[in-house]
Amino acid sequence: MSLTAVKTSTALPDLSRVSAVDEVGVNERVARFQSRSIKKASKVEALKLILSMIDLTTLEGQDTPGKVRQLCQKAIHLHDAMPGLPHVAAVCVYPNMVSVANEALEGHDINIASVATAFPSGMSSLQVKLDDTRMAVEAGANEIDMVISRGAFLAGKYSYVFDEIVAVKEACGDAHLKVILETGELGTLDRVRRASVLAMHAGADFIKTSTGKIQPAATMQVTLVMLQAIRDYYYETGRMVGMKPAGGISTAKLAVHYLVMLRETLGNAWMTPEWFRFGASSLANDVLMQLMKQSTGVYQSADYFSKD
Amino acid sequence: MATPENKLAFEGGWSYDPAPESTDHIRVKKRYGLFIGGDFVAPEKGRYFDTINPASEEKLARVAAADAADVDKAVKAARKAYSGAWGRMKAKERGKYIYRIARIMQERAREFAAIESLDGGKPIRESRDVDVPLAAAHFFYYAGWADKLEYAFPGRRARPLGVAGQVIPWNFPLLMAAWKLAPALACGNTAVLKPAETTPLTAMKLAEVIADADLPPGVVNIVTGAGETGAAVVTHPGVDKVAFTGSTNVGRIIQKALAGTNKKYTLELGGKAANIIFADAAIDQAVEGIVNGIFFNQGHVCCAGSRLFVQESVADQVIQKLKDRMETLIVGDPMDKNTDIGAINSSMQLEKIQSYLEIGQQEGGTMYQSSCPVPEQGYWCRPTIFTGVSQSNRVVQEEIFGPVLAIQTFRTFSEAVSKANNTPYGLSGGVWTDKGAKIFKITQSMRAGVVWANTFNKFDPTSPFGGYKESGVGREGGLHGLGAYVRLGT
Repeated sequence: MSLTAVKTSTALPDLSRVSAVDEVGVNERVARFQSRSIKKASKVEALKLILSMIDLTTLEGQDTPGKVRQLCQKAIHLHDAMPGLPHVAAVCVYPNMVSVANEALEGHDINIASVATAFPSGMSSLQVKLDDTRMAVEAGANEIDMVISRGAFLAGKYSYVFDEIVAVKEACGDAHLKVILETGELGTLDRVRRASVLAMHAGADFIKTSTGKIQPAATMQVTLVMLQAIRDYYYETGRMVGMKPAGGISTAKLAVHYLVMLRETLGNAWMTPEWFRFGASSLANDVLMQLMKQSTGVYQSADYFSKD
Repeated sequence: MATPENKLAFEGGWSYDPAPESTDHIRVKKRYGLFIGGDFVAPEKGRYFDTINPASEEKLARVAAADAADVDKAVKAARKAYSGAWGRMKAKERGKYIYRIARIMQERAREFAAIESLDGGKPIRESRDVDVPLAAAHFFYYAGWADKLEYAFPGRRARPLGVAGQVIPWNFPLLMAAWKLAPALACGNTAVLKPAETTPLTAMKLAEVIADADLPPGVVNIVTGAGETGAAVVTHPGVDKVAFTGSTNVGRIIQKALAGTNKKYTLELGGKAANIIFADAAIDQAVEGIVNGIFFNQGHVCCAGSRLFVQESVADQVIQKLKDRMETLIVGDPMDKNTDIGAINSSMQLEKIQSYLEIGQQEGGTMYQSSCPVPEQGYWCRPTIFTGVSQSNRVVQEEIFGPVLAIQTFRTFSEAVSKANNTPYGLSGGVWTDKGAKIFKITQSMRAGVVWANTFNKFDPTSPFGGYKESGVGREGGLHGLGAYVRLGT
């Protein structure tokens, strides 16, 4: 199989050839990551890296321009009391809030991610999904977080799901495409792995676990299976695909374990915001609290960190 | 698969700072006597030897070298306890003492784990998460049997044998002591235990636990020393039952020595386990299983999965993934919580492993080792795999007892079975497939005492363990383990 042929192909791969996943083994491997002890300088380095990988997110029906502007302010000024902190990677909002975020982030190197394609359920026509995507891109989003049609996927209509991703990718233009598998609705790790392979072959720049609207959202187990799928795709094609666990990662300790898992599965090349993101709203403050603890030796009250 | 442009990079970048387990809480005496008749006593001839930390080559303590006279004293103390307090004790009371040992061991788990890693070189992650909890679990399990032997052997009357002479190896010092002592005591025997020369310290701590548990004097006696001490235990005429775990060579010598005597015996010897990966297996989890099978405890495991058989159609993929996984294994200070592979147990063992690395290459095998740095002081061996070897290579045939894996491929089910069984050993095996029916089919045709399916190196006190062929005689653990310590009558 020539590499170039694979790189340019957008054909649906034979999903029956995707390696099986054993859940017991996955749990054991995850437990092993969690037994790593990250201390001192390596912890500070990890915490700063985590901040730089955050997609600061608000995806509520009650979102207003004012709320989004607050979020953007937080994205730029994470905790000015502590010099030398990175800014987050992106803010993540609904399509109709993209223009607000675009204005608020003017002149800052922070990406604007917008969910699209009838997020979170994806229960609409392809036309509506494409319009949704184009609207977000035109308003200034440079990253699109789409959802796959889980119903179609579970019904075995892989070509339908595949073609939809290909079409959305095209509608994205230059914007990066993150494909949300909504693993909480896929039910098994085998399906998570197959959906990952499908999405990558359809052109996903990132694969993402969850919308945050379904429980369970991101877990280390599904993230590991997706990282392994990314690794296999990279072995096969030489193309790097990014990973974004989203929802349910609210503590610095858990986020550090994700970094351990990332490093030991994909290696150093993925340890940047370009290739790994955390979709989270409350993670940043816990990380900031831990960083202050590392520098001052004591925990500060949560009220010393801005909640936006 | 692997090309320069799609190789994963694990060198450099973010790495983990040292996270050493504290040693402030442990108490190791400068010198240990022999534990005989409930007291620590000096050896008759006053000889002691050093036990060292294989990671630093520093001396940890001096330990008594027992000779035949000391062993005789220990056996007599054991006999006295057998015909005295222990022998007359109600089974229910006996059980309480064993429970007490288990509980104290749990309370002192951190200390046991730290000392096990210091003395033996195994990573603290393993001694903390595997060795010590499992050792306590064995005492708990067999404590429960003490007053229920009539249910273990329905319709028969189970009587103790008398004095058990037990000789254990250096790879799981505390755990092997528990495997030996717990069923012996539960069945009403008394014991003389001989720990390995390079790893006597946790046995000495166990002696302290036994003393603190207030067991009647002489029920458990622990005599330290080298091979001669072990020989004195095995051949002592006052010993009714011999339990040995160690090399096949020593096992042969013991079996010869026991010929013509009335002693019962169990021997748990070497192994060269086949780990078989079919193309339909969950490959990433199977790769993890290979790692757990051969690199657990530096490969110092009699049931280690040291022969890997991979179905040809997935062999390249499995080997590439294995190599990438090996790059993330951290070799170094056993006391560091992040260490995956600790120190080789002794300089002698390191030499043996290194000689096999030479042999493997001379025979034409392709050797691959991970690139991780290793400390200058101490005994170390990077995780190693051999490809391009076959059934006629010595690294495939002989037990290396180190982190060295010999990889072969197979095409058909029957080829895998025939190669897996083509060994003088038969202790354990592993099979990896997503197909349940295949698991049942292959486990019936593999001649090994334990066969793990889609996992490896899993132990539980309720599960019997032991070998076919040159891997040993008898079973330890579970209900079967009781049988080795009782005489059945009516």
